[in-house]
Amino acid sequence: MIYPLQVVFILVSAVTLGAALMVVTTRNMVRAALWLVLALFGVAILFVLLEAGFFAVAQVIIYIGAIAILMIFAVMLTRRIAQDPGPQLNSTWPIAAVIALLVFGLIVFLVQVWDRAASLPPPLPQGFAPLQELGVALVSADRYLIPFEIASVLLLAALIGAIVVAWERK
Amino acid sequence: MIPLSWYLIFAAALFSIGLFGVLSRKNAVAILMGVELMLNAVNVNLLAFWRYLAPENMAGQVFAVIVFAVAASEVAVGLALVISVYRRRQSVQADEINLLKY
Amino acid sequence: MSDPVTFVAKWLEAYLSGLGLASGWIAVIMAALGVIALGSAVLLLDILLVWVERKVVARFQDRLGPNRLGPFGLFQPIADVLKLLLKEDIIPQGADKFVYNLAPILALATVIMLWAVIPISATVAGSEINVGALYIVAVGALGTLSIIMAGWASNNKYALLGAFRMVAQMISYEVPMVIAILIPVILAKSMALTDIVESQTVWYIVLAPIAAIVFLIGAQAELGRAPFDLSEAESEIVAGYHIEYSGMKFGLFYAGELLHALTFGGLFATFFLGGWRGWGAETYPILGIGYFLIKSMFMYWVIMWIKYSFPRVRIDQMLNFCWKFLTPLILTVLSITAILDKLMSGLPYWAYVLGMLLSNLVILYFVYQAVGRYARRERQRVADPEKFRVNFPVKSTASPSHLP
Repeated sequence: MIYPLQVVFILVSAVTLGAALMVVTTRNMVRAALWLVLALFGVAILFVLLEAGFFAVAQVIIYIGAIAILMIFAVMLTRRIAQDPGPQLNSTWPIAAVIALLVFGLIVFLVQVWDRAASLPPPLPQGFAPLQELGVALVSADRYLIPFEIASVLLLAALIGAIVVAWERK
Repeated sequence: MIPLSWYLIFAAALFSIGLFGVLSRKNAVAILMGVELMLNAVNVNLLAFWRYLAPENMAGQVFAVIVFAVAASEVAVGLALVISVYRRRQSVQADEINLLKY
Repeated sequence: MSDPVTFVAKWLEAYLSGLGLASGWIAVIMAALGVIALGSAVLLLDILLVWVERKVVARFQDRLGPNRLGPFGLFQPIADVLKLLLKEDIIPQGADKFVYNLAPILALATVIMLWAVIPISATVAGSEINVGALYIVAVGALGTLSIIMAGWASNNKYALLGAFRMVAQMISYEVPMVIAILIPVILAKSMALTDIVESQTVWYIVLAPIAAIVFLIGAQAELGRAPFDLSEAESEIVAGYHIEYSGMKFGLFYAGELLHALTFGGLFATFFLGGWRGWGAETYPILGIGYFLIKSMFMYWVIMWIKYSFPRVRIDQMLNFCWKFLTPLILTVLSITAILDKLMSGLPYWAYVLGMLLSNLVILYFVYQAVGRYARRERQRVADPEKFRVNFPVKSTASPSHLP
């Protein structure tokens, strides 16, 4: 029995993984950034399948609207490299490929031997609204207020740090 | 319905591709792209575990939020460094930025 | 007969289940048909918009506008489309062909995608997702992407400059605009647009006038319309990011821009003017569609009014205005709204509304004073630049007036 959702999952994950492969192999850096956008969009669709609509939307806003655009800007500001005809992979790339495959094999092995890997999603409890729960959890002092605040401070520090580092002194 | 293992294997593949990009690419911006792919794989895992194992416990979603924040700050600082290096060395190839070696 | 859309949908659903399809597949087919119907309706409206825009701009400029083809020149857009279709399709040398062709499609598609969450009447809304307000921001981010793709793929300096300007502008003005959207979200206590409309027994433009103004300015910048049309400043960079596009590909950008303006009119109506709400709209949902269209068309007209009345600002003025004026202002308003909402939660609704309105008016008064002082100083500076001259080695940091 094939469910429509399974078809969607297989299509989306295939496109996402293909796009991710293009990200790490394309020579043209702007194109690599555009492939990255496609891969990130695919992940956003998987978030929808996981019933985490907020994260799908946040993924598009943060990753595509901010991070990918920043990357494209950075590639264009370092323009000479975008036209660099030389190989874009360093000389040790076969070792890198072996390591990546090993990591993949290891994780797949772990998933295979784990007894809960085949579990299906439990139905959400009646009247359970994940979005409201998340909002309350993020600002409750006895739950995740401090990690959340630390993440905000990290963002602020990164903001100031980025400005200081990229500042052009004259 | 989709079993949990599908998500885990997808995330593992995405993580490995990102890892390959980080280890093998020359361009510093491309390395950052690889890191983004890895962080995304982690997020897929976090949300899959939240949905399949403990939907009442918001820890998975909270950590996904924090991963978003970390990814955004990482890219901001990383790209600032790349641009700063490019201004001084006229290059963003990671293997040419080796002054600290000597 | 008061609700034809639901009637047709119910009939179709009954017909499909009569054919013996599984309920899961019926939902899929109904969703696909809904997407096609809404998309086509929006695109048909878009053709009309070409006529509206040309007619209105003609009136603003004391002309007649198109009046030859059909009654009042109504068939002019069809002739325009024919002309665009017959034009030569040019792909510049050195262009990235795939990206070049994808960009105009994405530009129009992102605008149509916005309509997925806008509630058109009490019963008709594409999707009632609970993060509708954020969805709008996300789709706007995709629109930014289409512009940078067009600018980069054209292999043209002016196109790239235009795209850079446009993206810098869109990313900057997204910040105050998103915070302005958050204020109706706080008032309605929901991010779903359907809930936001339903909770507006009093239009939110009364409760949050500053947010409405900031949203309108942000929309104007997001659309790249005058006074924020730096991305297509003809005297500086010819035509901006779509300089290399010809024929129907340019047509898609043009149609996307017009539809985007109407969509922002619709969003303004949804957030601040009560969306489909009006006399008898709950009992006769078809009236709701009419109210919604009238309100969006009115806001579209306001956007055009601003566009054809203001001169273009400079890029530093544009960025200063966003980061040094709009963003702090709207952040202040957001905090005050959130605090007041908590403090006044026990009061009757009319007192709540009055409190919100008064707080906004007080802020507006202080803003008016501050802007007036700034404008006076700027006028003095322009009148006597010697007094404010900075000696050569120090870079001048004084920014010129960004106020009309």
